[in-house]
Amino acid sequence: MNVAVSPNNNTVARKPKNRAWERFKANRMAFISMFILIGLVLVAVLAPWIAPHDPAEQDLLNKLKPPSADHWFGTDDLGRDLLTRVMYGARVSLAVAIFSVIFNLLIGITVGSLAGYYGGKTDSILMRFVDIMLAFPQFFLLITVVTLLRPNLFNIIVVFVLFGWMGKSRLLRGQILSLKNREFVDAARTIGMSDFRIIFRHILPNAIAPVIISATLQMGSMILTESSLSFLGLGIQPPQASWGNLLQSAQSLTIMTKAPWVPFIPGFMIFLTIMCFNFIGDGLRNAFDSK
Amino acid sequence: MALYTLRRLLNAIPILIGITIISFAIIHMAPGSPLSQFTEDPTIKQVDKDNMIKAYGLDKPLYVQYWDWVSGLVRGDLGVSLLKNQPVADLILERLPNTLLLTVTSFLLSLLIAIPLGILCAVRAHSRLDQIVSGFTFVGISIPGFWLGLMLIILFAVKLGWLPSGGLQTVNADFSLIDRIKHLTLPVLTMAAGEVAIWIRYVRSSMLEVINQDYMRTAKAKGLPGNSILFRHGFRNALIPLATLFGLALPGFFAGAAILEQVYSIPGMGRLFIEGAFQRDYPVLFAIVTVGAFLTVLGSILADVAYAALDPRVNLSKQEVRG
Repeated sequence: MNVAVSPNNNTVARKPKNRAWERFKANRMAFISMFILIGLVLVAVLAPWIAPHDPAEQDLLNKLKPPSADHWFGTDDLGRDLLTRVMYGARVSLAVAIFSVIFNLLIGITVGSLAGYYGGKTDSILMRFVDIMLAFPQFFLLITVVTLLRPNLFNIIVVFVLFGWMGKSRLLRGQILSLKNREFVDAARTIGMSDFRIIFRHILPNAIAPVIISATLQMGSMILTESSLSFLGLGIQPPQASWGNLLQSAQSLTIMTKAPWVPFIPGFMIFLTIMCFNFIGDGLRNAFDSK
Repeated sequence: MALYTLRRLLNAIPILIGITIISFAIIHMAPGSPLSQFTEDPTIKQVDKDNMIKAYGLDKPLYVQYWDWVSGLVRGDLGVSLLKNQPVADLILERLPNTLLLTVTSFLLSLLIAIPLGILCAVRAHSRLDQIVSGFTFVGISIPGFWLGLMLIILFAVKLGWLPSGGLQTVNADFSLIDRIKHLTLPVLTMAAGEVAIWIRYVRSSMLEVINQDYMRTAKAKGLPGNSILFRHGFRNALIPLATLFGLALPGFFAGAAILEQVYSIPGMGRLFIEGAFQRDYPVLFAIVTVGAFLTVLGSILADVAYAALDPRVNLSKQEVRG
């Protein structure tokens, strides 16, 4: 692997990335998914300015109204505008996914690099710990700890971070194990480079691809987990909207009979978002794969 | 082989101890004590509070409490539910059959669909069929189970009225097989939708791996009939990695159906857990989490042993052993 030392070499070093981008673009579903997600993130960020109504504004005379010009997605059982609530729900759901995955990456990369690079006792202690943490039934463990800490947005992110990094560190450790005895690492060590620099400049760029793919797929599963918790009533608490808790009230027979769009629309948004992340993960896998 | 199994079991011991330590640490992370709902009640006298603390052993040092808890676990004593005042082990055993009925049925149904489809997709990789199936697997792995469940209830129970919307049998009716099947249809289909997608992917990739092996080409060169090559030489080898995955699916039988049990009002383990979470019945939560973790370890031991037993190429003396 070439290392960019001068501006001239820079273009050479960047080429594999360009090729990966070309391959990613060629994957139609992944490319479309990317645009859908960018759109969703924009809507989520801009929700306070573009939402047609107030998310908490109740209008009991107009409850469970079907989609119309004023309420594109209809209204819920308290007469609140569903489109507005879906927009605000996107903020919560996407924030949980983005923040928890970023912090998971930080912890996972740190633990995985330490275990893989130093090996020996460090490795066996860290990986035993990972084994133990991975043994717990994830969903039940999350519910237990969120319940202990009281369910709210901040605690949910904290718990998702605490219990979501293990897979990544194990993945990265494996990658690093297969790289750390290669010539370019030996060469870096011979010229007296620090461990930190070897890991970050030389090993990680070559080992990170599967971790990035797994992080992309994890975004989807974080959204699923958060919405499942909120759907059960053990996650984000109303009146704050999350895609999951918008479906919670929809379990009543009245809503199922009279207003099936109330559970349909937020659930479809969850489905669409998870599918986009899965397609992008798939696209990234193909893009990074063929060397 | 026996020696390998034994070594594998011994290796799991530190993991099991770790699991109990972490569970115990989480219990004590809880703000307030497990009895805070009683001790914070001003109408309860101080003497009674002290007695209660003593009765639950909360006055002893932490390591003694840990030891009492673990030795209880080993004897099958999972603690007592704070609200139902019943041993948690009894509650679990009472609910477990319902959960297993749902999880095992949908597991078998998914394999029944996924194995033939997965093989077909591997044999005709990148064909039209493969692309269509792969599209469906994307839908299957992305669709939230609780949403699919609600949609199926709205369609088949509310609108069409063909199937019941929940429960395991008609209220006040005697048990009948047809009634039970009607009640299980929607939950099993919902659960299988996601599982089929995952297993098709596993079967397909495992089979693709095998199809390109030298011995497959040899078999073809010998002039063996296509089906014989596919099943005697191909699928049997593709099953080896799949056997590992079956082992890893074990904890899912126990814990995998929580949300669907809630959606379809099935009185199983998952509902027991969710009710426990709502009522802050911590002993129930910790017992289920700990048992689930033990099952994961057991499943991975089974997976490794099955792998070693099925694949003669595995070198037992050198294989890395992990929990």
